[in-house]
This record gives sequence, C-alpha cells and structure tokens, in this order.
Amino acid sequence: MISIDIEKKLKVYLGQQVLKIAAQFPPGSITKIYGPSGAGKTTFLKIIAGFIQPESGKIIAQNATWLDTSAKINLPPQKRMAGFVFQDYALFPNMTVRQHLEYATEDAKWIKTLLEIGKLETLTTHKPQHLSGGQQQRLAILRALAIKPKLLLMDEPFSALDAGMKSALIKDLKRLFSEQGTTVLIVSHNQQELDGLADRELIFRDNSY
Amino acid sequence: MDFTPIWLTLKLAAITTLLLLVIGLPVAWWLSKGRAIGKVILEAIITMPLVLPPSVLGFYLLLAFSPQHGLGKWLQQAFNIQFVFSFQGLVLASVIYSMPFMIGPIKSALQQLPVSLSQASYSLGKNKWQTFIKVLVPNIRPSLLTAIVLTFAHTLGEFGVVLMIGGNIPGITRVASIAVYDSVEQMDYSTANAYSLILFGITFILVISVFIFNKYRLKSPLE
Repeated sequence: MISIDIEKKLKVYLGQQVLKIAAQFPPGSITKIYGPSGAGKTTFLKIIAGFIQPESGKIIAQNATWLDTSAKINLPPQKRMAGFVFQDYALFPNMTVRQHLEYATEDAKWIKTLLEIGKLETLTTHKPQHLSGGQQQRLAILRALAIKPKLLLMDEPFSALDAGMKSALIKDLKRLFSEQGTTVLIVSHNQQELDGLADRELIFRDNSY
Repeated sequence: MDFTPIWLTLKLAAITTLLLLVIGLPVAWWLSKGRAIGKVILEAIITMPLVLPPSVLGFYLLLAFSPQHGLGKWLQQAFNIQFVFSFQGLVLASVIYSMPFMIGPIKSALQQLPVSLSQASYSLGKNKWQTFIKVLVPNIRPSLLTAIVLTFAHTLGEFGVVLMIGGNIPGITRVASIAVYDSVEQMDYSTANAYSLILFGITFILVISVFIFNKYRLKSPLE
C-alpha cells in the first residue's frame, strides 16, 4: 500500500495554488490522474519520486517512510527507486537505445524482453535524435521499467503514440504490471485514453487563489 | 632560433589546462546548481581575471608568494616550495588567470541541460557522481572542448601575469610571449617574428579546429 498525504504551495500566474492530496494506492493498482492544466499533476508525481519536497506531508510506501516532514525524513530519489516516465522523455542524448537500458539494468534477458515489448529491437544502436517521437516515448517507458520498480509514475506516457501502437503497448504493459505487481500512477489529459488499463482514478481540481 | 620558449609555453599550457579541467569540472557543476550568495561571490572572484589587468594579478601573486613574506615564506620553509621566479609559479598564476575560460563555458552548458536528465538518472538509482560522469559531462562535450581550447590558447598568450611572477629566466620562466617582448627589446625583429608566427599559427589551428568540430560533430547534443 502506498499512502500519501502532502501539501505544497504552487506558484501560478498572478497567484498561488495549494496542492493538497491525501490518497492511498493499493499494491498492483493502476490509477489514472487527470485534471486541468496547472493543477499540479506533474508536481505530485515529482514529489512522490523525491525530486520536489512539499511544505508538509508524509509518504509511506510498502511500510517504508519515504517522506515525513514532521520527522525530517526525506529519502532521496535513489533510495525510493520509483520508475518515472517524464513528459519530455528526458532521454540521454549521448546514449543509444540499448545503452539507456544497460545504464538502468545489467539483466540482458530483461533488456531483450523490454526491447520486444517496445518494438525497438531493430533500433538498439540508435540515439534519441534519430528516433521518432513515438519511439522516444516508448524508450522512456522501457527505461523506467528496466529497474523493475514497485511504483511506476508516468507523466503523459502515451501522448506521442498512434492508436495501434498505444493499444498494443497498453496490452503488454497491463500484463507486465500484473506479473510484477507494479503500482502505477498515470497522468493523462485524455480521460478515455487509459480505459481498459487503469482501475482507479484521481481527479485534480484547480485550487488557485 | 631557440625553441625552448615554445616548448616551455606548450608545457605550461598543457599542465594548466589539465589542472583546470580537474578543478573546473566539479566547481562548474557546483556553481551551476542554485544561486546561493556564496556561489555568486565565488563566481565573481573566478571571473575577476577577465577584467583585471594581468599585471595587477601578477603583482599580488608576487607579493603573496614572495619568500620574504607570510605565505611564500611559510611554503619555502615548510615544504621548500617557491612560486616566485619558478615554473610552478607560472603554473599557479596561469591556473588562476585562465580559470574563467574553463569554468564559464562548462557552467553555462550544464545550466542549459534539462533538469529532467539528472532526475531520470537519479530515478534509476544512480548517485550524483555517476549522473555527472555518465549523463551530464558527455552531453556538454562541445562546450567542454571549447573550454579546453580557450584555456590552452589563453595560456599560450599570457604575458603580464607570467612576467610579474616568473620574470625572464631562460629555460625556466621565459615563455614564448616573453621571448617575443625580449627580442623586440633587443631589436631582433626576425626572432620576434618567428616566435610570433609560431604562436599565431598554433592559436589559429586550435581555434579553427574547435569551430569546425562544433559545426559538424556536436552543434548541440539536444538538437
């Protein structure tokens, strides 16, 4: 179980906004997160991953305290090891497709499986600049999966994929998440996009003042 | 013609560049993150040699490391190290004088990298040092090359600061730029011209190489 109760002030145009979220995510659940732009969806994922610290709050994952501001506990991202798929992909320009996965894991068999899932077997020597947007997005997903995370945080992970590729990838990912018991949080602008994948949803509202 | 000043200059430039690479990379990385007042002050100090007359810097280095006073005296007595009128003094002065040429381009390049690159690496369990070496440094190669060449070329052309702290001792501190000055003083224009042409040629080849390399190979790793 992942239990989150955080509060963070966000700076928005001509004002401030308070991001206040209290939620629990059962192991193996897949949660769709949606809401208006600027509501703090990406910030929420980054707080969970440990990239941003909230003003106050607590995050407990599998009985381990990742964050407790009152007790001054704040595990770094390296200790949390939450898989993260960035909206801008955040691929490493100096690395090929294979090197991205090898940077994350030494398990050659797992790398081969991931390349098959992402349909990137023929592009292993390509660097990100020579991949299409959809291929880059798939590589970003595979890299996050390479560490076999117990918690996977995905920020608009399917936005650059065509319908056919998206459907096939979602099918494979659903099987993979189920096999590994991965808890998944997916931010999406498109409410219908994750139908058939997500089993729960979390709606963000605009709390600017 | 005596080629010793040329070899001495190249040796000085190579050692200075190597030392500054080792010092400059971590310092630039540290400076690139955040704008704390301590960092701003350190950056201003590092940038000072860009605007300070070289003779002023050389003068204060001469005072600081003079074997008759404080620090210089202590170094002489405790470690038998003398920076004034010695090759190691030239290295020290060159490292200080050329520091902004190494740190400036590297710091700017690191600041331009998206923060998500580091975050992605951290999320894979990599520590800050692994991220710096495997992700950040390889993606600032054009700027790193520019910094290395600028530092090397700038050290080749040093005059005031090396004259102040090193003087003009043949084979020890008489670098090419001082040999040019010395030859002109002695009205030996042909020797001055020979040294000048060699310095001009080396510098031109270095600078043009960087422009060509960055144009064809690594304009920007993120484009």
